[in-house]
Amino acid sequence: MSQPKTLFAKLWDAHVVRSLGEDLDLLHVDRLMLHDLSGARAMAELAERGLKVRNPELCLATPDHSISSEPGRALASSEYGERLGGGLRDMAEATGVRHFGLEHPNQGIVHVVGPETGFTLPGCVLVCGDSHTSTHGAMGAMAFGIGSSELVHVMATQTIRQRRPKAMRITIDGELGPGVEAKDVILHIIGHLGVAAGTGHAVEYAGSTIANMSMEGRLTICNLSIEFGARMGMVAADETTYDYLRDTALAPKEAAWDEALAYWRTLVSDEGAVFDREVNIDASEIAPQITWGTSPGLTLAVTDNIPTPESFAEAELQQNAVNALEYMGLNAGDAIAGTKVDRVFIGSCTNSRLSDLRRAAAVAKGRRVANRVTAWVVPGSVPIKTAAEAEGLHEIFLAAGFEWREPGCAQCVASNGEVIAPGERCVSTSNRNFVGRQGPGARTHLAGPAMAAAAAVTGEITDLRNLAPLEEEA
Amino acid sequence: MEKLQQLQGVAAPLPRANIDTDTITPMAYLNNASRQNMHEHTFEPLRFLADGSENPDFILNKPGYRDATILIAGRNFGCGSSRETAVWGIRGLGIRCVIAESFGDIFFNNCFQNSVLPIRLPAETVAELMAEAGDDQGSTQFQVDVASRTLTTPSGRIVTFDLPPDRQAALLEGLDEVEQTLKDDADTTAFQDKDHAARPWIYDLGNIE
Repeated sequence: MSQPKTLFAKLWDAHVVRSLGEDLDLLHVDRLMLHDLSGARAMAELAERGLKVRNPELCLATPDHSISSEPGRALASSEYGERLGGGLRDMAEATGVRHFGLEHPNQGIVHVVGPETGFTLPGCVLVCGDSHTSTHGAMGAMAFGIGSSELVHVMATQTIRQRRPKAMRITIDGELGPGVEAKDVILHIIGHLGVAAGTGHAVEYAGSTIANMSMEGRLTICNLSIEFGARMGMVAADETTYDYLRDTALAPKEAAWDEALAYWRTLVSDEGAVFDREVNIDASEIAPQITWGTSPGLTLAVTDNIPTPESFAEAELQQNAVNALEYMGLNAGDAIAGTKVDRVFIGSCTNSRLSDLRRAAAVAKGRRVANRVTAWVVPGSVPIKTAAEAEGLHEIFLAAGFEWREPGCAQCVASNGEVIAPGERCVSTSNRNFVGRQGPGARTHLAGPAMAAAAAVTGEITDLRNLAPLEEEA
Repeated sequence: MEKLQQLQGVAAPLPRANIDTDTITPMAYLNNASRQNMHEHTFEPLRFLADGSENPDFILNKPGYRDATILIAGRNFGCGSSRETAVWGIRGLGIRCVIAESFGDIFFNNCFQNSVLPIRLPAETVAELMAEAGDDQGSTQFQVDVASRTLTTPSGRIVTFDLPPDRQAALLEGLDEVEQTLKDDADTTAFQDKDHAARPWIYDLGNIE
């Protein structure tokens, strides 16, 4: 019998066009996603160099970064929407790349659109000029973010030169406690391992917690892989994946589906496959998380106190904590719960899918956004927005005083001008709490959708498990 | 791509861990970014004070380090977003070599696409190099030689670094990856022909109207 292989090794080996040296391969790229920020620029550079898109049929473009999320928006509603979103549209048209523009019923955030349309398939290699491309690995794919020069290379050659990363497996077992969701699991892992533990590694998530998790939860987990340095995060496809994928528009149909399914079932880590690093996590120990610092690893249970710089082992990390406390306007030793907030953002490629919105709506229902708080809900795609409206989620949010907006990246990265003001504190379901991420001087606390909704209705960072029951529930 | 064979100049120490690419090139300037203008806002949160004036404590604002060509940074430098503007900005400031214990993977690759050499060295060595680089008066006597994969410090210490042969050749000869890959495009066609038969669903996508 042949040597047992990891899922990662199977995916990598199946895509080698040519070996270019020790640990260096030319890999075939099955799927390329393009957005209006990195994609539009790279397409323009390709054209300037007189190169062609080699396989436009394997590409998908949709605007998400630069466009406004304002209800009734057009490209011109944001400062750079026409130039970048319009540029992407024009380049896609000129090159024959499939494009979901602002009026298209499938427009959305690239990392939401790929899986929900079946553009992302198990076993595929997918790249995008965006570090959160790791998201797609939740479908059993090998997906990673690249820079704009590499993007030009992929468009021109449909391949990419890559060094083989090491393989790491994170096994998460056990039941999640009440109020604990996928976002808390991955923030806990990042906090536990540190923000560089995954550097140079392809990470597979496994264990009973993952096996029992919804597709949308797995997408959230894989999305944040890059926040501990791993360019690729993946989950082996299983019945949950196939159920999610079966009726999507771009997935294979009928006989082709059966043939694909037989192949996809082989894409699991073999018994006895060796990983360069193994980590085990006990799901029952995970509490709802909220970040306090300026890096996703600076996270804590909502029941905890803000750590002191001295609690960090090394001088460099102690200084980081000092800087983070100052930027965030927090005091070491204080309870994180009770910290007053100004803004709440529910959205982004991390947490803008239907189940995310349902969990937030369950908290919002019958409550009111606190007076001092401005709270936004930005669905990840037009299909999600439509589905949410069909079940009345938008009415719950609007009645509670949330804004219900149009799909895109919006306040996660503020590249469309939708910034959090300097000094304002925002609980956000997005992926990064870096200095200035949501706008210069903005203070970001990352959390899951239910925790974000709880912050909106109480006006402060709140343990959602402690929300007073509504009278009608009593 | 422009060649990078040898480099001589001041090395600037930036002993701060986890400097992300949002800090290197803030999003507010990316919509208008170009290789030519990106340096104006590079490191903005560290380099400038709230009123827009230079932060005198930031190393690249100090008189001895304004013309640095080498940056010695804390661990996990360039983590986060894939934005290649971070490398454009650093290069626009005149830096062609970044030394750190570790880097964000995407940033590390992007450096090589822009003729900037990232060097990974053990934490202890990085700390010693930072000490030698000082924080008051820079020395122009740091030298990097790509062909011999060596860094020479003002004191004459020689540090050897790892550099895979393909990366080394690309820097020395200024090779363009796209041109190199296109030379053997027939291999990709052969791969796709065979793969199309094995995995037709990858190539024959359905439609969305």
